[in-house]
Amino acid sequence: MFRNQYDTDVTTWSPAGRLFQVEYAMEAVKQGSAAIGLRSKTHVVLGCVNKANSELSSHQKKIFKVDDHIGVAIAGLTADGRVLSRYMRSECINYSYTYESPLPVGRLVVQLADKAQRSWKRPYGVGLLVAGLDEKGAHLYYNCPSGNYFEYQAFAIGSRSQAAKTYLERRFENFSESTREDLIKDALMAIRETLQGETLKSSICTVAVVGAGEPFHILDQETVQKLIDSFDIAGTEEGPAAAPDSAAEGGSAAEGGAASEQGAPADEGVAPMDI
Amino acid sequence: MESIQAKQGLVGPNDPIQRTQLPYVTGTSVVALKYKDGILMAADMGGSYGSTIRYKSVERIKPIGKHSLLGASGEISDFQELLRNLDELILYDNMWDDGNSLGPKELHSYLTRVMYNRRNKFDPLWNSLVLGGVKNGQKYLGMVSMIGVNFEDSHVATGFGNHLARPILRDEWHENLSYEDGVKLLEKCMRVLLYRDRSAVNKLQIAKITEEGTTISQPYALKTFWGFTAFQNPTAGAEGSW
Repeated sequence: MFRNQYDTDVTTWSPAGRLFQVEYAMEAVKQGSAAIGLRSKTHVVLGCVNKANSELSSHQKKIFKVDDHIGVAIAGLTADGRVLSRYMRSECINYSYTYESPLPVGRLVVQLADKAQRSWKRPYGVGLLVAGLDEKGAHLYYNCPSGNYFEYQAFAIGSRSQAAKTYLERRFENFSESTREDLIKDALMAIRETLQGETLKSSICTVAVVGAGEPFHILDQETVQKLIDSFDIAGTEEGPAAAPDSAAEGGSAAEGGAASEQGAPADEGVAPMDI
Repeated sequence: MESIQAKQGLVGPNDPIQRTQLPYVTGTSVVALKYKDGILMAADMGGSYGSTIRYKSVERIKPIGKHSLLGASGEISDFQELLRNLDELILYDNMWDDGNSLGPKELHSYLTRVMYNRRNKFDPLWNSLVLGGVKNGQKYLGMVSMIGVNFEDSHVATGFGNHLARPILRDEWHENLSYEDGVKLLEKCMRVLLYRDRSAVNKLQIAKITEEGTTISQPYALKTFWGFTAFQNPTAGAEGSW
């Protein structure tokens, strides 16, 4: 992006009808590490890549629980993300206090979008993937620094998110009917895509789930590692959904397996993804 | 909405000290119960001005949104104020047009907040409210008093109804009453109230709410019986000048 004389102020239009400050804010999102989200009819899974600056430090928190039924993954200026999460939590709690009922995620997202554009403040430099439930089921929204928001079946933001998006584009039609386990597996695969060959370990990624009857929570490292291991061993497609770990409800090999692939009990370890 | 609410009841630094209001035109008991398909609620149509029964066509039960019924006893003007407030609330809720809607539970909670906050400002809405409704097959029936006391139950009553109607309901109410039985039970309660509550009038409405929607009956009167022998010759045994 080249410098322009119309880009110093968020209240200045360019002759072409653009607000450069907003567009620059959207660039900030692309600099952040990847975050992905996908949903079925009943569950939403959020995942993100958590790279620490150095081996000595811990990584930044990019997934926040907003309420029992809403969570958010951020990419971009994490500080801005924290501020917005705090706002979201506050809105949810106030609504719950007055109405003793969870705030529908669609309404929260609109409030968030409206907050984004204030002429006396710089735009928030963070993209938010908001996962939540309401009366009509599970929802995934993307809130942009521009103040726009969209609903998605699956989406990815941040650096190298295109690889994840490509993966998700191929698979999204099945997500509606996916089981919770398959959804998480797809999330991990999508995260893996953004790593460009680097091994996927639970120490560099975070996964969170929310669903009907399941409050929003971040999966702990051990669970995530087990899931990574189980799909690595399975090879390319979902092999025998023999993930006996963590609440494998109806680990229906029937659902995901499609045609019974000879899951080739690949012992190659790092089998390339050829889906 | 904010501006109307902000005006009411705010005590400015130079305002004279406000005290609790006195109710002027009041409605008497509301009785309600859960039955098989939803909620039944009954209230008479009287508005008393002290000891005079001044108004005889006051509707004290109103539908709120798609899922709820609100009945009120106490100061009628405060009830009307609440209705205006709720109207706006429901309007904004509908304007979202997103498939979500405020159900009876949410409204009950909201009303509790309103009543309690007004009480804290020493400017209460002088009402006892009954909120009943059905949403997604779940029946809900609750009450809020003017000081913000709220609770949920299978049958509720306000005012005199608490003393005269609830004992009847405790004995005779059971789960899954049919519509006819529910109405009979309510009428029994209302008849007792009619005989014994001086501010009751013999013109009542029974409202029903189910998953399908609300119906409020046309006003009608209960049959009463006054032919007791004790009422013939009332001065027998104590002849006096009248």
